[in-house]
Amino acid sequence: MTSSTTAGASTTSSAPRRAPSLKRREARTAYAFLAPSGIGFFAFTLGPIVASVVIAFFAWPVFGERTFVGFQNFVTIFTSDPMFWRTVGNTLLFVLLYVPLNFVLALGLALWISPRIRGRGLYRLLFFLPAVTPIVANALVWRLLVQPNGVFADIASWFGVEQFNPLGTEAGAMAAVVVMSLWQGFGYNMLVFSAGLDSIPDHLYEAASLDGASAPRRFWHVTLPMLSPSLFFAAVMTLITSFQVFAQPYVLTGGGPGVATTTMVMYLYQRGFQLFDLGTASAVATVLFAIIALITAVQFLGQRKWVHYE
Amino acid sequence: MLLTLVLLLFLMPFIWMLATALKPGNEVFASPPSLFGSEIRWSNFVEAWTFVPFGRFMWNGLVVSVLGTLLVCITSVFAAYAFARMRFRGRSGLFALYLVTLLVPQEVVVIPMFIFMQELGWQNSYQALILPWAFTAFGTFLLRQFFLTVPRELEEAATVDGASRLRILLTIIVPIAKPAIGVLAVFTFINYWNSFLWPLIIISTQDMATVPIGLNSFLGQQGNQWQLLMAASTISMLPTALIVILLQRHLVKGIALSGLGGR
Repeated sequence: MTSSTTAGASTTSSAPRRAPSLKRREARTAYAFLAPSGIGFFAFTLGPIVASVVIAFFAWPVFGERTFVGFQNFVTIFTSDPMFWRTVGNTLLFVLLYVPLNFVLALGLALWISPRIRGRGLYRLLFFLPAVTPIVANALVWRLLVQPNGVFADIASWFGVEQFNPLGTEAGAMAAVVVMSLWQGFGYNMLVFSAGLDSIPDHLYEAASLDGASAPRRFWHVTLPMLSPSLFFAAVMTLITSFQVFAQPYVLTGGGPGVATTTMVMYLYQRGFQLFDLGTASAVATVLFAIIALITAVQFLGQRKWVHYE
Repeated sequence: MLLTLVLLLFLMPFIWMLATALKPGNEVFASPPSLFGSEIRWSNFVEAWTFVPFGRFMWNGLVVSVLGTLLVCITSVFAAYAFARMRFRGRSGLFALYLVTLLVPQEVVVIPMFIFMQELGWQNSYQALILPWAFTAFGTFLLRQFFLTVPRELEEAATVDGASRLRILLTIIVPIAKPAIGVLAVFTFINYWNSFLWPLIIISTQDMATVPIGLNSFLGQQGNQWQLLMAASTISMLPTALIVILLQRHLVKGIALSGLGGR
């Protein structure tokens, strides 16, 4: 509290002595309001974030002695752990396939379910449904569908494809994980884009039409720029969440065949909780976060070039 | 018309799940495939419920999701109001700290969280399922953004009347903010209900398993009796699917407002 604010208060208030104590009381109330959230935040959110970096510099078995090892965990995963690079590659492949396809599907359906369509609320809801049902249950359903003697194999045989067994090949298993994830996840972005589309004022389209702009030109010069904040937001969120992919491969493919669909988070889980090597697992987590932070930062830096805020 | 067809195709996994859940076990992989088996076997649902303690999984899931949601909503309302409306030393610094953590995914902190729970001796407990994710910055951030849009005049009248901050918050702000709090509640519930990685790490007894963990263990135990597994999957989807269907309009609006949802 500075003297100038106190002086200001004393000139306007009839009881100058009470002004600071009111302020103090306000602050006390504020701290009381904050306490439950704040204490939990330090203990369960901020604390663990800091600790995750610290643990990465230790040899930290689940049971037994922990010792400081400096950068050793990072050196190990970077130089002598082929599984680490393999899972980074798998995760990147997943992200590169999943994110663009998610955007195409989400934007395509958001545009398709336009105001002219009756019952659009219901359509949106149903396309969104797999995003809220348990991901494990969703993945189990898909695991049934793609069994070698399952219904997809039957349908494939109608088209002359025999021995349809995607989970048996590396490319097929990755494709299954991507397709299942798209089915499960694109509804979010569809809703975000729908909301964005709904908020574009009609007069912009009318003006563009009067100027003789064709439908593709209206899309390119009106829809996309107006939608760019939604697109940016969805890009940031979808990239972050797609790097965290875990449950789909865990349940659908078990990370296989071999390690073809083992993702970084799966590897983190295996390393930490099946091999009980928490230090190395933390190093994997730290690298994962560094990648996510880097990509998010690049997106925020790049947004000025293409995101239009009114 | 074409859209309806696309939707039906899209929903086909759900339809097949339900169809399989109602078939006799030996007809699950019948070829050619058919939606209906030789009979509609409702007893699969009963069997799925009793073969593994599925009722227990559902109960655990409900306890964790309901308590977790209450905790998130209550603590977030108070913190968000303090950040949005009250003056105190350290406000901007603390809020910046909250913001920074928004970008850190849960997956990054499961290891320290596991060690933390181990030290407390909380493995296989409700508090280990609830507390670690009840204090993320998301709820506080979402509600603060909403509170900032509430006109100050509404509160000023009450302040002149001598109402305390607590009264103002509970009788003026919270009623106005019901839609935002509702959206936060629904997505928090869904996140707790569907959570998989963390329960997989911290829960090792069947007694404390939540629904996704139970489903996953089902897969191993059953020698893959798919009709039971699909019946269990169907049941597991009901709570969140029903919430979303019942609250449809509010949620779509909420997603539009916050742009966020349950990530």
